[in-house]
Amino acid sequence: MLPNLFVVCFLQAEVEETLKRIQSQKGVQGIIVVNSEGIPIKSTVDNSTTVQYAGLMHSFIMKARSTVRDIDPQNDLTFLRIRSKKNEIMIAPGKSPSASGFQASC
Amino acid sequence: MWIGREGLPARCHRYQYQLPATGCERGKARASRGRRLGARGTAAAMPPKVPYKSRQGQGGQIGPVVKAVQSRTAKSTSKKRDEDASTEVGEGADEWTLSKTLLKPPDQLELTEAELKEEVTRILTANNPHAPQNIVRYSFKERAYKPISYVDQMAIHFSLDGNLLLRDSDEGRRQSAKIGLEPELAPVESTVIAVEEAEVKEEGSKEDIPAASAEEAGEGEEPPPHLMKEQKLTNQFNFCERASQTLNNPVRERACQMEPPPRATFSATANQWEIYDAYVEELQKLEKSKEKEKQKPLVAKKEDKLRGRKLTSLESQSDDVTKVTKAAKIVERMVNQNTFDDLAQDFKYFEDPADEYRDQEGTLLPLWKFQYDKAKRLAVTAICWNPKYKDLFAVGHGSYDFMKQSRGMLLLYTMKNPSFPEYIFSSESGIMCLDIHNDHPYLLVVGFYDGNVAIYNLKKLHSQPGYKSSAKSGKHTDPVWQVKWQKDDLDNNLNFFSISSDGRIVSWTLVKNELVHSDVIKLSVEGTTMEGPEGLQLQTIGCGTSFDFHKKIDYLFLVGTEEGKIYKCSKSYSSQFLDTFDAHHMAVDAVSWNPYHMKVFISCSSDWTVKIWDHTIKTPMFIFDLNSAVGDVAWAPYSSTIFAAVTTDGKAHVFDLSINKYEAICSQPVVAKKKNKITHVQFNPIYPIIIIGDDRGHVTCLKLSPNLRKMPKEKKGQEIQKGPEVEITKLDKLLNLVREPSNKPEK
Repeated sequence: MLPNLFVVCFLQAEVEETLKRIQSQKGVQGIIVVNSEGIPIKSTVDNSTTVQYAGLMHSFIMKARSTVRDIDPQNDLTFLRIRSKKNEIMIAPGKSPSASGFQASC
Repeated sequence: MWIGREGLPARCHRYQYQLPATGCERGKARASRGRRLGARGTAAAMPPKVPYKSRQGQGGQIGPVVKAVQSRTAKSTSKKRDEDASTEVGEGADEWTLSKTLLKPPDQLELTEAELKEEVTRILTANNPHAPQNIVRYSFKERAYKPISYVDQMAIHFSLDGNLLLRDSDEGRRQSAKIGLEPELAPVESTVIAVEEAEVKEEGSKEDIPAASAEEAGEGEEPPPHLMKEQKLTNQFNFCERASQTLNNPVRERACQMEPPPRATFSATANQWEIYDAYVEELQKLEKSKEKEKQKPLVAKKEDKLRGRKLTSLESQSDDVTKVTKAAKIVERMVNQNTFDDLAQDFKYFEDPADEYRDQEGTLLPLWKFQYDKAKRLAVTAICWNPKYKDLFAVGHGSYDFMKQSRGMLLLYTMKNPSFPEYIFSSESGIMCLDIHNDHPYLLVVGFYDGNVAIYNLKKLHSQPGYKSSAKSGKHTDPVWQVKWQKDDLDNNLNFFSISSDGRIVSWTLVKNELVHSDVIKLSVEGTTMEGPEGLQLQTIGCGTSFDFHKKIDYLFLVGTEEGKIYKCSKSYSSQFLDTFDAHHMAVDAVSWNPYHMKVFISCSSDWTVKIWDHTIKTPMFIFDLNSAVGDVAWAPYSSTIFAAVTTDGKAHVFDLSINKYEAICSQPVVAKKKNKITHVQFNPIYPIIIIGDDRGHVTCLKLSPNLRKMPKEKKGQEIQKGPEVEITKLDKLLNLVREPSNKPEK
């Protein structure tokens, strides 16, 4: 039992580290981690922004994913980039939780 | 016209038309009788018998009639009396009580006999006296009022709306259908009535007929009700319906309510890809179950179930976390891609346009720089590309300094994420060399400074190596300078070779989770047998610094030593070398077979030279002097004539023998600070980049400019030849040029 628990903790720490690293990258404004239902689990920005982004992104991701998979069911969405004038939103949809970060464009 | 009884015509006299009908009637009748029997009129005071008689015949109205003619007042009084009395008996009484004197009204007309006998005809018409006779209507045609020709003369004295319906009419039928029984009874009644009538009348012929007709009528009426409804056959003669109301028990409702079953809303979409997912899951489950069956046939079922449960729960937990890691990784890579966007673009697309003008020169374009905090002070001691994932490479950190020996690190970077390594392993001793297995790209073998070797498994997330040698299991006594994977042995066990300064070349085999070593060769320096104390023959053992295995000839390999010699060895001969080359004056840092040509190999040394050999010839084909100790040399995977060398003065040199046999076509300082020594160089198998490790712990990635990757030009009209043969022939040509009868080494 112990080794397995250890593995889980290790992974958790790794996730935290990864998110920290992303946050420390140049130009990254924030990170939001969202579960399969679109509810934000983790966020580095304030609540209202989080909720707004999570709500807007969820349906977009579902639409994009279903588009890709409808065309070919063996295919799956790997990531989405939404580039706008001011910044860029990057979304990596996992099977359930998905992470999205937004970065200011250079 | 009023007709009196027994056909006697009535005669009207002049008198006022008076409304009370009863009185008038009698009055008229009395008047007529009175006229006829005028002779007897005077006998008003006759004894009551006469009136009595007359009454018998004609209702006894003569007497008083006579009186009435003569005295209206008497009549009126008598009428009045009659009215008051309102019985015939009363009339009779009037006669008796009436006085016999005649009373004349004061305004009675005095008429003569003749006038009295005059017959006046009065016609009774059916005209309504109240109807107007002069109704006029406006005629639009003649623009005048015109009298109507006919005026309606109907006078309605009394109207009463009845509620009887004709039985055969629609409404009647409808209602009878509703009620239902009436049509049953009606014919029955009619028959009964008819029969009764027949009985009552007692007319023989009529009895049967009406009865029969009634019956027929009844029968006729019965079938239609039969058609309409089912009827109970009742007794025709004396049927009577009797009903009685029973006591109705009070109704009580008893209900029982249970807890409703728990409900959950379930909704799902059925897309093509959801169906596909379901199928894939099923397949995976099947495969898993099959695997389990194969692997553990003897384990008790309970244990399996328990394990299964534990595994699933852990999996579900770890799934959540791992999924976030995956997503987080992807996001990190995306962010890095953005940050290093220009570098990524350069890597992919940039081709130095200046190369068109520089025919014999090329450049190296610096791309990413990989570094890790914790490995800052450690030198890069080994680099290796992953055979499967072309963007992943492993970097071993350690120290070349004899004095400063500390820990070591093994890092794996990917070009997709230049800012952080993908895998991090740390070790107590510095790592000196590493190799990644071709078939199992997750297995890395590592040689340590303390002489140990270890196998790391990337699939498992432990930071410790999977298998490690130890003093007991025959580790080297000196730093391991090079390790290389070999093909799996006959038992499909993993197998690798290591070479170390202690002069041993050891073959390690992973047998049942343990590393088993076997010495292949002991390097002994020829001709140096010393006599030690007590007459022992000691042989100085050479220090191996590098080796390389032939790509095609399995048993053949080269060993470079610290003394500067290169030995050609065979795996099968453990005591003797096949050949020896006096290669360099100092330690041979690297040897490497040419990837295309079977006979050619290259060697580099700290004596500032790089030499290219043909293993059948004792002297080198080419010698290059690089003005500084050469740390590493590597052949390019895409050409037989291109190789790169790195020196301790921070420069990278790329040579292309087909273009320039004497000089490098590119000599470029690569690392920033001058004191930075470059330790290793490796070409990427598919991308036109090289990675260079220095002793500050940095790994720099450089892109080769087009001139550095020239393929043999196709002549006009000739087919484009591809494949290793081309390379071989290319090199052969060069070598033939070199292998002139004069075996002078050319510079």
